[in-house]
Amino acid sequence: MSQKMLVIGEARDGALRNVTFEAIAAARKISPNGEVVGILCGSDDVSNLGKEMIYYGADRVCTVQHDALATYTSDGYGQAVLSVIEEESPDGIVMGHTAIGKDLTPKLASKLESGLISDAVAVDHVGENVVFTRPIYSGKAFEKKMIADGLLFATIRPNNMKPLQRDDSRSGDVQSKQVDIKDVRTIIKDVLRKSTEGVDLSEANIVVAGGRGVKSAEGFEPLQQLADVLGAAVGASRGACDAEYCDYSLQIGQTGKVVTPDLYIACGISGAIQHLAGMSNSKVIVAINKDPEANIFNVADYGIVGDLFDVVPKLIEEFKQLKINA
Amino acid sequence: MNIYVLLKRTFDTEEKIVIDNNRIDEEGAEFIINPYDEYAVEEAIQLRDEHGGEVTVVTIGGEEAEKQLRTALAMGADKSVLINTEDDVEEGDQYTTVKILEAFFDDKEADLILAGNVAIDEASGQVGPRLAERLNLPYVTTITDIKIAGETVHIERDVEGDVEKVDASLPLLVTCQQGLNEPRYPSLPGIMKAKKKPLEELELDDLDLDEEDVEMKTKTLEIFLPAEKEAGKVLEGELDDQVKELVSLLRDEAKVL
Repeated sequence: MSQKMLVIGEARDGALRNVTFEAIAAARKISPNGEVVGILCGSDDVSNLGKEMIYYGADRVCTVQHDALATYTSDGYGQAVLSVIEEESPDGIVMGHTAIGKDLTPKLASKLESGLISDAVAVDHVGENVVFTRPIYSGKAFEKKMIADGLLFATIRPNNMKPLQRDDSRSGDVQSKQVDIKDVRTIIKDVLRKSTEGVDLSEANIVVAGGRGVKSAEGFEPLQQLADVLGAAVGASRGACDAEYCDYSLQIGQTGKVVTPDLYIACGISGAIQHLAGMSNSKVIVAINKDPEANIFNVADYGIVGDLFDVVPKLIEEFKQLKINA
Repeated sequence: MNIYVLLKRTFDTEEKIVIDNNRIDEEGAEFIINPYDEYAVEEAIQLRDEHGGEVTVVTIGGEEAEKQLRTALAMGADKSVLINTEDDVEEGDQYTTVKILEAFFDDKEADLILAGNVAIDEASGQVGPRLAERLNLPYVTTITDIKIAGETVHIERDVEGDVEKVDASLPLLVTCQQGLNEPRYPSLPGIMKAKKKPLEELELDDLDLDEEDVEMKTKTLEIFLPAEKEAGKVLEGELDDQVKELVSLLRDEAKVL
């Protein structure tokens, strides 16, 4: 297979998101012998990020620099990316299933009159076909799907496909392209950053999450301490957000973030289906809950029936001990 | 103001999922308005009450989707349209849906189109932005607040937990996120009134489309349930010992530390 693949890269706070590297790996897997071309948009010079995409497996990168690309808008990014697509006429496109990916890719697919497979967690070759696997029905089932004909277009769920090994001996062209961007019909007035500093929840390897059982905003403190010891991100169920124990930016579930960490530690979370939709694909799930009947135990690999305020401090001590011994 | 809502009848994912012959078994299952579309219906009604105009709810599906349309009418929508594809479309994807909606909106003057940001069954989240592109409308996805002030529409949207404030103008398409509002329950008088409200039924023919025009661009090969997870290990004994055991299981058995 040697199709030409395009990967739409995405930066946050001046660095590429991990899912961009995963998208490059997915594009490589779809087309092992084809060319993989990255695209990056921004208002600053992003050629350094372009090089980073090459270290992670892209062959070359097109950058579009324009004042109108300072923040993402579907019109601005749409015009920039479409102009590269027209020039490159790729056989396939891969992007992360992130806020920007979800907003932009359907517009592109519609413009190009192509199919689009959203939120893939795996990609495989079956005979001649490239087959994507994606969760449906709130993660309770999966489907295998392929593009019937035309552009191989997909978004991938963060943290499900491994990026390639970074290799800074790789080289390739990072070429900037002039695009005339006009008629941007939505204006971003302000962005209120709610997400906390530190580990990006949707890309974290370990997540410590709290539910109603956390009982108060202060109740999240031991969870934060546990997260700090483990280098983990803190998340929450909708219940904890609704009760105002924490900000909605921490919400994991159907609404909110979908996470697939190696280790998910659910503290005082009952395990409603909407929450499971956001985390049930985690590799290992630990449940800590007072109620032995809680639904979360049905998806957990390991469970402790007990009060999280008794269990979590002991866990912190134990993990600290493990670190010292290591 | 001419307000349209795109509505999908969905399988209630709270239900147990049974797969029969590569299809989700719908026998006896509960069907609901896609919860994110419910926010769209509620917001449409509130905007109409504030600014005047009319709310039309549109769905694509079979006869049985009438129930969800009647519910939206009972909540307060004015009119509804069922684009009945039962006889024409065996299987469709987001391309199919948008092709049909594009034809439907061809002769309409919509000021605002509201949709859910994602449907809980297929969960692609494509239909809103895809349709906006076909209709050449600006769009804003995952909105949590919308205010119309003269020519300008002030919107707040959820971007992975951050709040983005966006200004746009009508005509516009938006997709709704949880947090936008609390959808009302239909009242008894509402339910009575809904029975008399218009429900127009269209087929592909009425939209000058035939089967080939809406043929899907993707193909579903297989639907399956995740591998049955082995029952988890609920630890026992003194809490101190449980915690020690958990940490060593995570390190030695699960190998995630």
